[in-house]
Parts: sequence; structure tokens; C-alpha cells
Amino acid sequence: MFLNHIYLIPLFPAFGAAMMFFFGRRLQKKTVNAVCVGAVVVAFLFACFTVVEYTHLAHGTGKPFQKIVYTWLGSGDGNLNIVKKDGTLAPFNVDAGFLLDPLSSIWLLFVTGVGMLIHIYSTGYMAHEGGYYRFFGYLNLFMFAMLTLILANNYMLLFVGWEGVGLCSYLLIGFYFHRNSASTAANKAFIVNRIGDAGFILGALTLVWYLGSFRFIDINAAARSGHFAIGDPVLTAAALLLFVGACGKSAQLPLYVWLPDAMEGPTPVSALIHAATMVTAGVYMVARSNAVFVLAPNAMKTVAIVGALTAVFAASIGLVQNDIKRVLAYSTVSQLGYMFLALGVGAFAAGVFHVFTHAFFKALLFLGSGSVIHAMSGEQDMRNMGDLQRRIPTTYKTMLIGTLAIAGIFPFAGFFSKDEILWQTWTKESDAYRILWLIGYGTALMTAFYMFRLMYLTFYSPSRMSHEAEHHVHESPKSMTVPLVILAICSIGAGWLSWPHSLGGSARFEKFLEPVFAREAVVLVEEGKSAQLAAGEKEAEHTDKTEYALMFLSLAAAGVGWGMARRSYKNAGQGYVEPIAAAAPPLYRLLYNKWFVDEGYDYVFTGRRKIGDVRLGVMGAGEASSWFDAKIIDGAVNDAGWLTRAVATLSTWWDKWIIDGIGVNGPAILARMLSYPARLFEWGLMQWYALVMVAGLLGFAFYYVYH
Amino acid sequence: MVPITTLHYLVVAAALFALGVIGVLTRRNVVIVLMAIELILNAVNLNLVAFSRMWGNLHGQLFAIFIVVDAAAEAAVGLGILIAFFRNKETINIDEIDLLKW
Repeated sequence: MFLNHIYLIPLFPAFGAAMMFFFGRRLQKKTVNAVCVGAVVVAFLFACFTVVEYTHLAHGTGKPFQKIVYTWLGSGDGNLNIVKKDGTLAPFNVDAGFLLDPLSSIWLLFVTGVGMLIHIYSTGYMAHEGGYYRFFGYLNLFMFAMLTLILANNYMLLFVGWEGVGLCSYLLIGFYFHRNSASTAANKAFIVNRIGDAGFILGALTLVWYLGSFRFIDINAAARSGHFAIGDPVLTAAALLLFVGACGKSAQLPLYVWLPDAMEGPTPVSALIHAATMVTAGVYMVARSNAVFVLAPNAMKTVAIVGALTAVFAASIGLVQNDIKRVLAYSTVSQLGYMFLALGVGAFAAGVFHVFTHAFFKALLFLGSGSVIHAMSGEQDMRNMGDLQRRIPTTYKTMLIGTLAIAGIFPFAGFFSKDEILWQTWTKESDAYRILWLIGYGTALMTAFYMFRLMYLTFYSPSRMSHEAEHHVHESPKSMTVPLVILAICSIGAGWLSWPHSLGGSARFEKFLEPVFAREAVVLVEEGKSAQLAAGEKEAEHTDKTEYALMFLSLAAAGVGWGMARRSYKNAGQGYVEPIAAAAPPLYRLLYNKWFVDEGYDYVFTGRRKIGDVRLGVMGAGEASSWFDAKIIDGAVNDAGWLTRAVATLSTWWDKWIIDGIGVNGPAILARMLSYPARLFEWGLMQWYALVMVAGLLGFAFYYVYH
Repeated sequence: MVPITTLHYLVVAAALFALGVIGVLTRRNVVIVLMAIELILNAVNLNLVAFSRMWGNLHGQLFAIFIVVDAAAEAAVGLGILIAFFRNKETINIDEIDLLKW
């Protein structure tokens, strides 16, 4: 019953958004709350019932449920065709269709669930802000787009949601549009995302062109059919292009730059979009295309390497940032790197699991930081905080849980998911992956360090607040703390869903997802190459001892990070010194300025860097080539034209005076001059002619008569 | 009563002819010039008819009728040209019809 009306799930928030768009201005805040929060609550409940019904129906087989509402693009009767790469025809059909399988079920649950909590939180956080209805309208629109994205059964409908979340992200980052920095950040997010989107649409259309369908089910079935060899160049290209899209949306190197700047939006937005939901769209899309990716080992390697590098890169920046939200933003980028590392080594389930746990603890941390900022009357700089432990106890406790979860302390959620990723990376057959493991491991240590740095600077260390701010510190209202508590509980418990075998668990989460990433596929194998598809079930090959050792190492890393942070920041008073700044000032400057990536982009791409009036980088090159074109090429063209004209003038002169003058007119003038005497006889009076004629006749007559 | 012989006719025709030539040569009005040309043509007609009677042969009279038709056609064409000319120059003075001299 619910399953058959699955299309209603995105429509609930769409209704809320439409209401806000048309009537929002005239509505009371209470009505806005009722409509918008209500829409998301209904969507969440509906989603829960739908997933329950689905699991009953699927009976653990994980068979996807597909509901096609109507044909959105294409003729529906097969009259419109795509010409595939091999020259055959395939019907051009894009459904407005919905797909529910274990993968989208998970996304559906946490997007609606976390989204609902953030809506509730926002009613408290945004209570005193202008544009209340606008904010909630955007949030609902975002929910609509995100739900369309995850429930779509084909690449085009997914792209609708994909663009929709990009748009909402733009609108929400630029929510404080009167602030220049906010509108710039919004533009940046939109433009950088657009670069990724170009990759995504190219990749998706390549798949359609090669495999002949828009539907995920058909594409995955075709990829698993065994007609394609591992490392098929077209599939590799398609996978890489899709990954470009994922890089844009999920903030991976080199397109991550928009996410830290996205912190210009209101804090609930940072939590909703830039932590829990939207940025996981890239992970979702790659996981959704897993059948294509496993056929493209080189693309997988790229994904893994980019993921690992992003993880360590962002974590290193997070070590020294002072804005509390910025630390969390870089932490998000870093954790997304983990997810892609997992996808890249073929541990799709582990990556998805990390998305799932991360959604809770990162939303928790962001909402907690929002609560801190709320308490501090808008102060975001951790250098001006400290000693908030007892003043805002609920926020403190929940954030501590979030920190423990992200740092990977047993038995909080992050421990299970992060450890699973590192374990899967370690057990990858090629030893080169141990380097990626090492990077991931180092990142885990850094994560623990910067998160506890945040905790110590905010909650433990001596107060560095201004008197005014200190006076106003207050715990947030219930509407904000209740979501925090719920998210905290989830941050503890979410990891238990995938309690690993080695610790006596049953890894139910991965069992649930298994059908989506099925490996029973027939695959063409080239001679002499391994027949193994990405990472299989290899736990059995390794002893549990290794796994225990790795777990212990992870815990040790988290502990060491914690210890280092504690030693450095426990007593951080007014004007404290960053330990990195004390030990290696150049490194500190490098990290503090985010590796100068934005500056580098300014030099290379945006053209904002100038020497005098000359822009640098790509824009400069463009302007230089424009100048070259205008001055040199066009100049040469114009000069050639001038030369032609000069020659033509000369030639005209020659023609006019020499050819026409001497050659043609000359004889004519001569004839005219010579004929002048003859002309004298022709004076033009007819009667004179007649008289001469008569006289002549008379003359002849006399001559004959009198001769 | 002196019988009227061919010579009489010829004298009258010669007088008419002379009158016509003088008219063509002296009058400035083109209409009058055209009328003078009619005189010349009719002088010739008179000769033709006179000789036809003298020889008892109808060929001359036939020819005279041709010339009458010809004269009519000539007058029509001449007057047409004259009207066209008048529209351009607003004059029918023959002295001013001198454009074709070179």
C-alpha cells in the first residue's frame, strides 16, 4: 500500500515548498512550522512504513522494487530510439519512475530522518531570523530534490534531483544574501558543482549510449551480463566521468573548495546539506553505478586514491582552523574522502555504512556547533570560546558523543564504519593499497586530534570569551536540544547495526546491502589476469588476529590524537599558541591558509590575480589569446586587406588611365578629333537639308536637260 | 473649248509640287510641313492618274490609291511623333528639332 504510492514521499516536502512559495509571506511562523515540518515528518513516517513493507516483500532477497508512474521523456511506445555505440537501436525512454532497493532504503531513511530532526532544530535556531518562511521553503524544496535523487530509477531523474539539490544548496548558502561573502560562497558552490555536473551528465549519457537504457536496473544488468571485459575503455571513461560528478557534489579533490565556504549559510543548512545528505549524493551515485565501476578497475583506483588524498588533505587543514564550523566542514570533506576510499577499494557496503553513521554524528556535531554559536550570540571563532562545559551541558554532552563517534572510539558509530573501511583497504589483494591504508590511518589520528582540539577549545579550556558574550551564554531551547539528543543516541547506536564478525556480531547492515553489490556477475576476463572482481568476501582469508591488531591500532590512533589535543589545549588561555605554529611556523601558515588552494585557483582559473592590468592563469591566457587574436591575427588580416586595397587602387588607376585612357578612349578621341570637319556639315536644321536636296535635284535636272 | 490634255495635268501637278516643296522648305510649323508633304504626294498622284488615262492602263490609278493609303499612314505616324515630341519640348518649331545632328 505504501510501496505503491512511493512517489508521494518526495511530493510531501514539494507541497510544503510550493505552499511557502505562493503563500509563505502571509503565513504566521506557527503555520510555517506546521506545514513544512509537518510535511517532512509525514514523509519520514511514510518512508519508514514503505521500507518496512519493502523488506517484508523482498524477504531478504534484496530484489529492487520499481514503480514507474509515467513516461517522462520519450514516446513510451518505442517510436523514439537511441542509436547505440554498436549501431543497434534502443528505445529512448525516461520514466518518472521510482526504485526502492536496500541502497535507496538506507538513504531514504536517514535523509528523511536526519532531515526531520534538522527541520525541528531549525524552528528553534531560526526563530529570530528574517525570511523564516523562505528558509523553510528552501529546506522543503531541498528535501524534495534529495528524495527525487535517491528514489529515481534512472540517471535522468536522478539528475533532476542532483541539479535540484545544487540549486537549493545555492539558495541556502546565499540565504543571508545581503552579506557579500554569503552570495560569493553561494556562487562558488554553484559554479564548482556545475563543473562536476558536466562530468556527471557526460558519464550518464555515455552509459546510455553504450548500454542502451536510462534505468539503473537495466544498466546494472547489462554491465553484469558478461558481455563486457574488465577494463573496457568506454566503461572506464563513463565511470571516470561519473566520478567527476561525484567529486563536485561530494566535495572531493580538486572540487572540494566550495564546501568549506558553504559554511556561510545558516548552521542547520550546514548540517542538513553539507554534512548529512547532499554531499553524500556523490557516494550514492557511485554506489548505485557499482556494476559499472567494478568493470573499470582503473576508475576504481582513481576513486580510491582521490578519496584517500582528500581525506588526509582536508584533515590536515582542519587541524588549525579557528572557525568552529570550518573545522567541521573540513572534517566532512575528510570523511567523504573515507567513503570514496571505501568505494574505490570495492568495499561499497563499508562506504555506504560510513555514510550512514556519518550522517548522524556529523549532523549532531553541526547542530551542536550551531547550538554553541547560538549560545555565544553568533560568535564562531573558537579562540573566543572556552569553558562552556557547564554552561550548556546538553550541547556539551551530545557533542562529546559526536566527537567520540567521529574519532572512532569503541563502541561509538564511527569506530565500526571507519574501521571497516580501513580493514577493507588493508585486505585488498595488492600491497600498494597498504599505502592508502596508511593514509587513512594517519587521517584517523588527525581526525581525533582536530575534533578533540575543537572540544577542548570550546568546552574545557579556560574561558576566553568577551564579557558581553559571557553574560549572554544560555542553553538552547528544547526544539534544538531534543534533536541533538536523538542524534546522539543514533551516533552511539548506528554502528551496532554492522557489528563485525570478528567481534561476535553478524554485520547485518552489509547483509542487507549485499544484493545491491552482488558479485555473482559473469565477467569476461582477459588472458592471464585475475578474475577477481574488486573486493570480494575476503575476511575468511585473513585471520581475525590481523583485524584485531588493526582495530587496536585505530583505537590507539584515536587515543593518541585525543592525548595530543588534551596536552596542547587543556590549559589554552588568552593568547594561547598553536603547537604546530610553535614547532613549524611555515607548515602552520601553509595549513592555516588551506594549502593556498583558493589562492592557487585564483592564480590559475578565476583571473582575480593580476600583474598590473594583466590577468593570470586561464583567464589571463584567455585574455592574452583574445589580445593575440584581436591584434596579431586580425591585425594580419587587416594588413592583408590594406595591402589588397593598395594594390587594387594602383590597379584601378592603371585600368582607368592607361587601359581605358590610352587603349580604349585614345582611339575614340582621335576619331572624334578627325571627324570634326565632317561634323560641320551636320548643323541639324532639317529644312536646310531639304533645301540642299532640292538644290541638288535641280542641279541634276539642269545638267541633264542642258548638257 | 480647248481639250484638256495630259500636258495640262502635268502643269497643274508641277505647280502643286512646287508649292509643296516651297512649303516644306519655308514653313517652321511641322504640321504645315506635313501638309506640304501631302501636297507633294498628291502632285505625284495627279501625274500617275494622268499618265494612266493617257495610256489607258489602270496600273497608274492603282498606284495612286496605294499612295493615298501611304499618305494616310505617314500622316498618322508623323503626327504621333509630333505629339510625343511636343510632350517633351513643348514646341513644334522645326528649327528646334535638331537633336540628331551628331
